Amino acid sequence: MGLALLVIIWLITFVSTYFFAAKTWWLPHGTAAAAPWIDHQFALTYVLMGVVFLAAQCGLGWLVWRYRAGASSGPVEYSHGNTKLEVLWTTLTAILFIGLNLMGSHVWASERFEPAKPGAVPVEVTGMQFAWYFRYAGPDGKFAKTNPKLMDPSAGNEAALGLDTSDPDAKDDVVTGTMYLPVNREVDLTLRAVDVIHSFFVPSLRFKQDAVPGLAIHMHFTPTEVGDYEIACAELCGLGHYKMHGMVHVVAQEDFDKWLAAREAEKQ
Amino acid sequence: MATSATIHAHAAPQGFIRKYIFSLDHKVIGLQYYFLALIAVFVGMFLSLLMRIHLIWPTAVLPLVGEIKPETYLSLLTMHGTIMVFFVLTTAPQSGFGNYFLPIQIGAPDMAFPVLNMLSFWTTFVAFVVMIAAFFVTGGAPLHGWTGYAPLSALTNTGPGEQLGADLWVTSIAVFCIASLMGALNFITTTLDLRAKGMTMMRMPLTCWAWFITAILGLLAFGVLLSAGILLLLDRNLGTSFYVPLVVVNGQVMAHKGGSPLLWQHLFWFFGHPEVYIAILPSMGVASQLLSTFSRKPIFGYRAMVYAIMAIGILGFVVWGHHMFMSGMSPYSAFAFSIMTMAIGVPSAIKTFNWLGTLHKSKIRFYAPMLFAVGFVSLFVSGGLSGPFLAQPVLDIPLHDTYFVVGHFHLIMGVASIFGIFGATYYWFPKMFGRMMNEGLGKLHFWLTFVGTYAIFMPMHYLGMAGHPRRYSQLTEVAYLHNLIPVQTFMTYAAFITIAAQFIFLINLFWSMFKGPKASDNPWEATTLEWTTATPPPHDNFGGHTPVVYHGPYEYGVPGAAKDYVMQTDPTPVTAH
Amino acid sequence: MASLSSTVPVKLPETGQGGGVHPPAYGGGGDGGGGDGYPDYGQRLRRARLGLAIALAPIFMFFVSITSAYIVRQGLPTLDDKTNSYVHDWIPVQLPLGLLLVNTGLLAASSITAELSRRQITRQAALAPVKSIPGVSLGDERRLPWLYVTVLLGGGFLAGQWLAWQELATRGFYIATSASSSFVYLLTAAHGVHLAGGVLVLLYAATISLLNKPVEARRIVVDVTAWYWHFMFLLWVGIFALLWFAR
Repeated sequence: MGLALLVIIWLITFVSTYFFAAKTWWLPHGTAAAAPWIDHQFALTYVLMGVVFLAAQCGLGWLVWRYRAGASSGPVEYSHGNTKLEVLWTTLTAILFIGLNLMGSHVWASERFEPAKPGAVPVEVTGMQFAWYFRYAGPDGKFAKTNPKLMDPSAGNEAALGLDTSDPDAKDDVVTGTMYLPVNREVDLTLRAVDVIHSFFVPSLRFKQDAVPGLAIHMHFTPTEVGDYEIACAELCGLGHYKMHGMVHVVAQEDFDKWLAAREAEKQ
Repeated sequence: MATSATIHAHAAPQGFIRKYIFSLDHKVIGLQYYFLALIAVFVGMFLSLLMRIHLIWPTAVLPLVGEIKPETYLSLLTMHGTIMVFFVLTTAPQSGFGNYFLPIQIGAPDMAFPVLNMLSFWTTFVAFVVMIAAFFVTGGAPLHGWTGYAPLSALTNTGPGEQLGADLWVTSIAVFCIASLMGALNFITTTLDLRAKGMTMMRMPLTCWAWFITAILGLLAFGVLLSAGILLLLDRNLGTSFYVPLVVVNGQVMAHKGGSPLLWQHLFWFFGHPEVYIAILPSMGVASQLLSTFSRKPIFGYRAMVYAIMAIGILGFVVWGHHMFMSGMSPYSAFAFSIMTMAIGVPSAIKTFNWLGTLHKSKIRFYAPMLFAVGFVSLFVSGGLSGPFLAQPVLDIPLHDTYFVVGHFHLIMGVASIFGIFGATYYWFPKMFGRMMNEGLGKLHFWLTFVGTYAIFMPMHYLGMAGHPRRYSQLTEVAYLHNLIPVQTFMTYAAFITIAAQFIFLINLFWSMFKGPKASDNPWEATTLEWTTATPPPHDNFGGHTPVVYHGPYEYGVPGAAKDYVMQTDPTPVTAH
Repeated sequence: MASLSSTVPVKLPETGQGGGVHPPAYGGGGDGGGGDGYPDYGQRLRRARLGLAIALAPIFMFFVSITSAYIVRQGLPTLDDKTNSYVHDWIPVQLPLGLLLVNTGLLAASSITAELSRRQITRQAALAPVKSIPGVSLGDERRLPWLYVTVLLGGGFLAGQWLAWQELATRGFYIATSASSSFVYLLTAAHGVHLAGGVLVLLYAATISLLNKPVEARRIVVDVTAWYWHFMFLLWVGIFALLWFAR
């Protein structure tokens, strides 16, 4: 039985580790400025935890085989513990865990403690059951007022957000169901939600943030590669949660300007 | 000392109702809790079976249940989580085994307040009935997840099941809070006031320490959940705006304003995080007990184990924000919570080292309880090591609300805790029922469950890293999920096998109760007080006399002793080590 | 080990895991007690008081969590859709201060009478053996039934709180009128429910005295309830102070 435990525990450990090491199912290729930093911290964590995982599971398997009652001839070691050893492994564990955390916090601080830099593209993302809407401020750089009473989800786009058309700033506000972003420019994102909590999650951009009703949350990121990236809602928001997806198209600056100009023209 | 007369100034009860329904005997009450949890776990497993089938075959029409619509899937997962966390993981290890064995292991004739104990069980039972009722009302069970985030849970028009079903859900939880508080009160008073002569705190078995600290956690946490639930009921029914800001649902402007969805999250998780420690600590205590007994060796570092349980308990109250890194909470708070969360990994690691230290240079007897204890350690390590990923806010960005989290908490809280319950069942079954469970079936149950649960939950980490969000009723809409479906399929087949294996346990349990070979008073040659008394124990636990304790709980392999174990009540001196 | 008795606990000798030759003189749980079939009321009282002390912790946590929600909500700016900016929308409730002060006075008086009732029954329990001597009187017949007075004052407080709610409604503050009014109703209702529970237990104590239950058993009920009552009074002072000074 001791041997069986060793074999099965080791087998489970090696098979799981194989799929982690082979990256059979892995984070998608990162296409944002923060991705290398996040991925580096991820790699560091998973190597360290992987070593601990292998050591602990293989150790467990070996111990239950080595000290099975059939094998050992002598008496057990009558010991209530070893204080020196306790202090040693407690200290090492604390250093490992807290050290790892402090390293990751630099990345967190740079992502979240600072606001977007001036010159970032302002985009407002609004989540509602069960679609994402994106609003661009237009040439005046200002987002117009919205009025809950004017919201009409069935009409889509501007009407879904309840854009107050009497507001002069509303003339150049563009609302779409697909997100376009210029590559290599920071995005100043404002996240809002109309009814319940949603979460704007784009795995390739290493970006996730809950959109909370009653709050306008500012976040920023910088896409670094042209491409199409899928958005998945990452906070349970009702029966349509599984189909609340969207698309981010990261394009060259000229293409972005062309696209935005075309949307502005459509509004006239 | 806590004599029989102090608590039971009367003889054992007569009559079926007093003996088995409204019993004041902690042993009967413990079994009542255990069987309630047994019913709950099979309900919870059935719900998860339906979930797993639906994910792979979304259009399947099942017998009895029919077609599972997306909203039905969400109610299944809400009720699966709620029933498992409250009525299984908070009930069986603590209220079930704790009720039965805490008084006996400390040498007491019963709990401090037997009437309160009886009331706490029946209140739990009422909570369970109210929870199940949610399935059968118009609209069905709620779809907002066991975490019930507002405003989804705070408004009645956010989805099917969010009307009466959600009200019943909140009410059930509120009633459960009260039942748990009553139980916690009893456990703490009993541990502090009813220990027998010689049973100092530092001679209590680690199971008693775990039940004690768990009760303190419950005492301080469930009051907060009760307040959160009352605020939710007020928002839902009386138009208050604790959690609901100005929102528009389906084009309708709701008559709420100014509320904070984050308030719900703070209150819920202030309870919710201690809750996960409530779910795991008793099983940690059981693991320590089993590893020591079946290795024939004292637990390595008893004192450190006690301090680790205390540290986990205390730190458990200051880490709740790690569930909210992506919530819109201040990033500075996130940093503070993440440091505390890494800190709480340290006492858990100490316990793991000490379990391994117990096995080192021991003499292991591979009975079924021991297999589950070893399995517990393996699962705890696996589930625990995904924690440091989630504890770092920057890594939580890709991983929050994905299957990575689902794999993490199922391994470390769900399966590990269940292994503690199984281990405790196989271990204490002889004492409770006077018969032995079938060892062969026990081993088979272990192997199938151990491999099966790894097969279900380890792949979830891969899915999470690939960006697979959780609580998705169907995998057909988001394109990047399509090549993850084979993994989901594998998990579903693993679930079939694992769930089927639980029937081996069920059959073994009930068959052995009536037909199993008769058990001696101490079949495992264990040292703690429950093994000094008759099998099953008499009404007042020790047959009229009160035990006197001379030793710590894990005196195995004492050099020079007559046998390889010295019971706690054995007056023969042992050279202090 | 926790003990609320006035005896000094004996310090346990330091024994290791292995154990010594004899068990410690006073180890583990409470010591003493008849062992002759008589319930040890002293021990049961201590245990009941311990249980109450423990029970007060979750009640405290419950009110702490509502209080912290109050404080945070008061300062929380909320997004105004029309102006797209954050505004503070806390409206102070016009509390009927006079009426609430009267209620506070009633509760304070009831705390005093609860304490008098507790001491009265303590004395009765201590002198119970004396009463069995024929012809001896302790003069209890001429004393006020403080227990009943406490019940009346407690009921008066609850009635007064109900009147305060009527007054709030007249002033236009209902439970869902504003965040502040929601908290006022919630806190006063939660406190009232807990106090009503105390009133019911006092009524139970009064009933069992009429049914001639042993005075020692009644003493435990009254003692624990009196301490609970004092806690309820202090809790009310805290709630009132919060609602008034932090309005």
